[in-house]
Amino acid sequence: MRIKKNIAISESGFIFNPAVGDSYSTNPIGTEIIKMLKESKSVAEINSYILNTYQVEASSFEKDLYDFVKMLEKYKLTETDGQEA
Amino acid sequence: MKKQYERPVISQLNTGVMNKFGTKTEFTPTSHIDDNAVKDLLKEYGSPLFVMSERTIRSTYKQAVRAFKTRYPKVQFAWSYKTNYINAVCNVFHQEGSWGEVVSRFEYEKALNNGVPGNKIIFNGPDKTDDDLITAIKNESPIHIDHLDELYRLNELSEELNIRPQVAIRVNMDTGVYPMWDRFGFNYENGQAWDAINKIMLADKMDLRGLHCHIGTFMLAPSAYGIAAGKMSDLAIGIKQKYNKDIQYIDMGGGFATKNTLKGSYLPGADICPSFDDYAEVISTAILNAGFKENELPLLILETGRAMVDDAGSLLGTVISNKRLSDGRRATILDFGVNVLFTAFWYDHKISPAQDFSHYTENTVLYGPLCMNIDVVRENITLPPMKRDDQVVVHRVGAYNITQSMQFISLRPAIVMIDMEGKAHIIKQRENRETIEMNEVLPEYLKAFKL
Ligand SMILES: Cc1ncc(COP(=O)(O)O)c(C=O)c1O
Repeated sequence: MRIKKNIAISESGFIFNPAVGDSYSTNPIGTEIIKMLKESKSVAEINSYILNTYQVEASSFEKDLYDFVKMLEKYKLTETDGQEA
Repeated sequence: MKKQYERPVISQLNTGVMNKFGTKTEFTPTSHIDDNAVKDLLKEYGSPLFVMSERTIRSTYKQAVRAFKTRYPKVQFAWSYKTNYINAVCNVFHQEGSWGEVVSRFEYEKALNNGVPGNKIIFNGPDKTDDDLITAIKNESPIHIDHLDELYRLNELSEELNIRPQVAIRVNMDTGVYPMWDRFGFNYENGQAWDAINKIMLADKMDLRGLHCHIGTFMLAPSAYGIAAGKMSDLAIGIKQKYNKDIQYIDMGGGFATKNTLKGSYLPGADICPSFDDYAEVISTAILNAGFKENELPLLILETGRAMVDDAGSLLGTVISNKRLSDGRRATILDFGVNVLFTAFWYDHKISPAQDFSHYTENTVLYGPLCMNIDVVRENITLPPMKRDDQVVVHRVGAYNITQSMQFISLRPAIVMIDMEGKAHIIKQRENRETIEMNEVLPEYLKAFKL
């Protein structure tokens, strides 16, 4: 699973999907996660980065990340390997 | 040192028409209440926790007094016990000069116990027993007569005791506001009020000292008070003409609105709530223009409840969990529900996080912890992403929550008052099992069982 290639994300957390013209906004940690997903980082890599950087327990971040990814899917910002938009 | 964590969130930006009022920003954090950090208060006294601000009570009271006394020469407030009868709160009002206003024997005894002289406790309400009436008669408390049965009973009791009860009649009337509160007292328009007055004056067994009305609660239209004060003045002047008797006071009851936002209201409460000056202006004008001689102007009594204390109360609580509902909405579960925040049924309470967040917000449903569907604290609120153990402050909960809260499923929280110097005092302990079971009686034969 990764973020579609054509999706643009700014430093301030502004996300634009040029295919449909929709825009979104995310918070700083969301920005970091989306960037890592765009760089095809694995969930394990994201996990270890966040747990090392932020004061959060693994179990609660796991739940939050799951929910966040579900929202990215809902907004059709993701693609799975080998599947183009 | 690791960075402060905030849950990752994303939401679609609405490119359609902007909300007429812009985007609501309710997320300015409230980290302190009168110099006390929310997190310290919760750590010391447990969560959830009611906090009363003595500064806010006193300054609100002073504003109300100033609004009326600058417009009318004789004004007396009487603290409506049912609105918040924690003794520490009542006594702040009594220290400021407030009498007591009660609607039950329980409240009456509370006021006596707090040291309010009997003749400064106004006894309202439709349900006074013989024993209540006798006690009030002996204490010379102003008894506000609600119905004819009570009037007749007072005549009888005055003969039995050989004391003249100090009374007023409660009057209800059309003030142009719907629904009309005609359940209590004697109606003005259909002549019931005059009928009661005549019965009292002709029997001559009681002292008719005043006239009382309470036209409704959360009255957003000050003009209704102008109409009511005009009708009360007409009655008082009529009594003077017919019986040559001076009515000593006109009691306009309570009912002033607060800055809370009523559910379904198009505009936020803070934008539409009339000020004490607005109410004082119409009431004083109506009485001053009614035709009293200057030395015969009655004392104006006010039983202002919610407008006096709503702002002074806050409810602090803690996030238990977050959920995603099946329709995609966010839900946040708090450790207090409608059992302690009864006014959540009427108000869209302003709720702030107690800690800093980024400027990102999302729409959330706020639920309480009770195992039932009606336990909704806010149906829809814009808040920053909150996680377990984050803390929140519910604003303006000083009226009717503490007195109407119940120990359904969980026990009632502690209450703290922060004094003028910013020092916190516990004014009611958190309930425990013993306090709840104190009046239970378990029959001997039900004590033992085998499972
Ligand atoms: C007789 C009487 N006086 C005063 C009050 C206080 O009203 P409020 O809190 O609306 O000011 C009430 C409340 O219902 C009442 O019934």
